[in-house]
Amino acid sequence: MSYVTKSPWVIHYDGSSCNGCDIEVLACLTPMYDVERFGIINTGNPKHADIFLVTGSVNEQNKSVVKQIYEQMPEPKVVVAIGICANNGGIFRECYNVMGGVDTVIPVDVYVPGCAARPEAIIDGVVKGLGVLAEKRAAMDGKTEAPQTAGKEEA
Amino acid sequence: MVKMIILVVAYLILAPVIGGLLAGIDRVLSARLQGRQGPPVLQPFYDFFKLLEKEPITVNNVQDFYVTCFLLFVIVTGCFFFAGLDLLLVIFTLTLASVFLIIAAFSTNSAYPQLGAERELLQMMAYEPMVLITAVGFYIFSGSFAVADIVSGDKMAFPYMIGIFAGFVFILTIKFRKSPFDLSMSHHAHQELVAGLKTEFSGKTLAMIEIAHWYENVFLLGFIFLFFANGTIAGTIIGAVVCLVTYFFETFIDNNFARMKWNVAINASWLVAITLGMVNIVVLYFM
Repeated sequence: MSYVTKSPWVIHYDGSSCNGCDIEVLACLTPMYDVERFGIINTGNPKHADIFLVTGSVNEQNKSVVKQIYEQMPEPKVVVAIGICANNGGIFRECYNVMGGVDTVIPVDVYVPGCAARPEAIIDGVVKGLGVLAEKRAAMDGKTEAPQTAGKEEA
Repeated sequence: MVKMIILVVAYLILAPVIGGLLAGIDRVLSARLQGRQGPPVLQPFYDFFKLLEKEPITVNNVQDFYVTCFLLFVIVTGCFFFAGLDLLLVIFTLTLASVFLIIAAFSTNSAYPQLGAERELLQMMAYEPMVLITAVGFYIFSGSFAVADIVSGDKMAFPYMIGIFAGFVFILTIKFRKSPFDLSMSHHAHQELVAGLKTEFSGKTLAMIEIAHWYENVFLLGFIFLFFANGTIAGTIIGAVVCLVTYFFETFIDNNFARMKWNVAINASWLVAITLGMVNIVVLYFM
């Protein structure tokens, strides 16, 4: 049993979200949902984080920021794309400055669809991410193969 | 001699366990005060073991050396204290430990830890006078700086040193890194310095800082115990209970205050040191 799954610390980054999903992410921390029950803490620091929550589509301006946050996180790490914009660009998909979903820049492990994604769905996505985190931890010891990133499904 | 060795070994083994449990209860209590359910009591241990499993990332190789020295000297401080040695030596070793943490933060060459380190220096300026006054108070009261002599005294220090006790509890807020004085680093997310002093530390290095913090907390509660120890079982029980009450009082304060500016921290703690501390010393001197 890996301790990685018992204390997942998250970092939350708003790509170019309308704030709908961001409010839902922060709602998970409130007394109503209280994700600290599972040891989840919002760190705000990539070097302490295990799970990277991205909301909103990635555009030309913040592509480098998303990459940098991802690279600063120590292994094992998991990326959870929250909301349809982060999954594939959503209604902004055709915009001239939008790259599309987060997976156009960094590998994504869990997709949480919705507009906005509900807190229950986000918690579900993070818990799914814990499974991937455990697999990646096991792969670090060289016992198993590293898990493949989730295949992208068209909405 | 045998008793001394037993106490030191007990500190080495039990302090992280007690410190971690206190941190866990602290987090549950904080959650309940905020109307949440909160994490399991053992959560700090899960966090600690998780940090050990993470990939090591260092900005500057020397930072791990400094953080190891920090942990080492915090442990040495506690060992000196529980071995019953000189109180002044204990305080100076603790200062040395803090200096190592500050150097570690400066060595990362990163903006957030450096600002955190500067604030940590300011915090040291804020709490050091009161810590020294506490040691001087114990000397005037018991005629010795040695912890062993203070503990075995037949009078309880608390009634005579009530002002110093209050002043020491005040600066404990800084040492426990609780609001309103958690300027240099904080357990809460989204502070203006990211994670302050510990921003650039991750994995095992961060785990070392965590465990050092637990060792330090238990040692500081030992200081509180000193006010009540009078060689009897009743004194020991009262001391232990007051230690717990003090710790959870700090949790309560933490949840009821916002973070203050550094000048408030310095002004307030020096004011407390001068009024409560110095007046108490003068009273002790003429008693």
